[in-house]
Amino acid sequence: MATITTLKTEPLLRVDGVSLEYRTPRNVVRATHRVSFDVHAADRFVLLGASGCGKSSLLKAIGGFIAPVEGEIRLAGEPVRAPGPDRIAVFQEFDQLPPWKTVLDNVAFPLLASRTAGRREATERAAHWLDKVGLSAFADAYPHQLSGGMKQRVAIARALAMQPRVLLMDEPFAALDALTRRRMQEELLALWEESRFALVFVTHSIEEALVVGHRVGVLSPHPGRMRAELNAHEFGLDSEGAGFQAAVRRIHGLLFDEPAAQDPGPMRRTA
Amino acid sequence: MSALNPPIRPEYEVPLLPLPPRETERALPLATRAWQQAWLRRGLILLVLAGLWEIVARWQDNDLLLPTFLQTARALVEGLAGGELLERTRISLWLLSQGYAGGVLAAFLLTALAVSTRIGRDLLATLTAMFNPLPAIALLPLALLWFGLGRGSLVFVLIHSVLWPLALNMHAGFQSVPETLRMAGRNYGLTGLRYVLRILVPAALPAILSGLKIGWAFAWRTLIAAELVFGASSGKGGLGWYIFQNRNELLTDRVFAGLAMVIAIGLAVEGLVFQTLERFTVRRWGMQR
Repeated sequence: MATITTLKTEPLLRVDGVSLEYRTPRNVVRATHRVSFDVHAADRFVLLGASGCGKSSLLKAIGGFIAPVEGEIRLAGEPVRAPGPDRIAVFQEFDQLPPWKTVLDNVAFPLLASRTAGRREATERAAHWLDKVGLSAFADAYPHQLSGGMKQRVAIARALAMQPRVLLMDEPFAALDALTRRRMQEELLALWEESRFALVFVTHSIEEALVVGHRVGVLSPHPGRMRAELNAHEFGLDSEGAGFQAAVRRIHGLLFDEPAAQDPGPMRRTA
Repeated sequence: MSALNPPIRPEYEVPLLPLPPRETERALPLATRAWQQAWLRRGLILLVLAGLWEIVARWQDNDLLLPTFLQTARALVEGLAGGELLERTRISLWLLSQGYAGGVLAAFLLTALAVSTRIGRDLLATLTAMFNPLPAIALLPLALLWFGLGRGSLVFVLIHSVLWPLALNMHAGFQSVPETLRMAGRNYGLTGLRYVLRILVPAALPAILSGLKIGWAFAWRTLIAAELVFGASSGKGGLGWYIFQNRNELLTDRVFAGLAMVIAIGLAVEGLVFQTLERFTVRRWGMQR
């Protein structure tokens, strides 16, 4: 019985004791220290932490852009060694879209570059996903003609068109204004409802973590260590109540190492 | 107390009526639209320059030193009609395109090496530092020794004049490609030459184009200068040789016609080839205004 259960819940992505380091001209700096977590199929896993805690580095390590100095990352049992189209990343920066390709070509580009699909199928799939993010009318526009939110939508469509095993998002909405960010969160959750992809989402916003994630991994400040993993599947876009406030307070306490019972004062949401 | 508070004013709502179309979009007046055409503005500049030339030349009144614009134009038309000028231009352009193509190819190989390995980067940095300041003409005596009188030497110095500035620009362009774009490319599984061609080259195109322009100008200069220097000993020269020959015979209007041809080709390549290339690539993509 127990073996059957473990087989069934074998995680899709396993980050196991991963330490990351980066070099400055003078010394080697540890970004994260022995971080472990699991992401299951259709999971929405959020990495939350203050800036400089190594959460983006962790995401890049999962993407295969950085090699861990310690520990291992396994995707469906296979160790991650190099970047690949089975883990598509959506970055925060708006310049992630090649400016020399139209919106449609941008979405089709990874399909063609990775030889996942032929030109015709790639164009069809690209058109389908552009429609899903509501940008069909802009298929022939160039990225520089789009607003920031639209560029991020293209990046999301591009990632989802690849149907990656894991979608990696590195503060994808951080550079957007508050209204657009809210709408993008709604759209991301709606897309997840439809396609049930596995998501690893990096953010520094506690509210965003609770809204977007099923499970929130709280990282300590530099160097990043896993402070806690909390469940957030009960919270959605409309969460406002006491439970949500308590979760926000609890995470705030974990992040800044304050006793959870303390009154957060200025943290209280006014809306 | 109440003096410190702003007055509380009534709220209001306004129903929005649809705007008449001409309120949201209006056509610009014809003169403004015409003035937006670059060729019109540039043509006007050329016309003014030609007018100034004509005035100065008439005032000087010395055909031997400074023929007028109209005399030069006549010599140009005669040279073109007689076929001699065209033949000289053809010879020059053919040589030029060979040297240019060779230089571009060499620059691409060198820069591709430089972006993929550290030793390649050092090689490029050292070589450009050594050879970029070296005038191509200074290499000509050596080239004449190695390749003899003729095409080989000219192509050699042309490659030299194109290769280094282009390689420098290309490399600077590759290095300024945003990290996010690089990661996006690698994310799709692009590696090696495919990565260079599908990500780095288009992303660095503004710098590459500016390198191609500089290389083109350097190549033209080098070619004309080289022909002036050693065209005398070669049987069939190009435009530089045409200029040199006519100066010897004191046919100054023909010298000017030869120079005008050099300038005209320069303008044509800039206006037709490079501008078109830019319009269809970097401007369209919003990488350059």
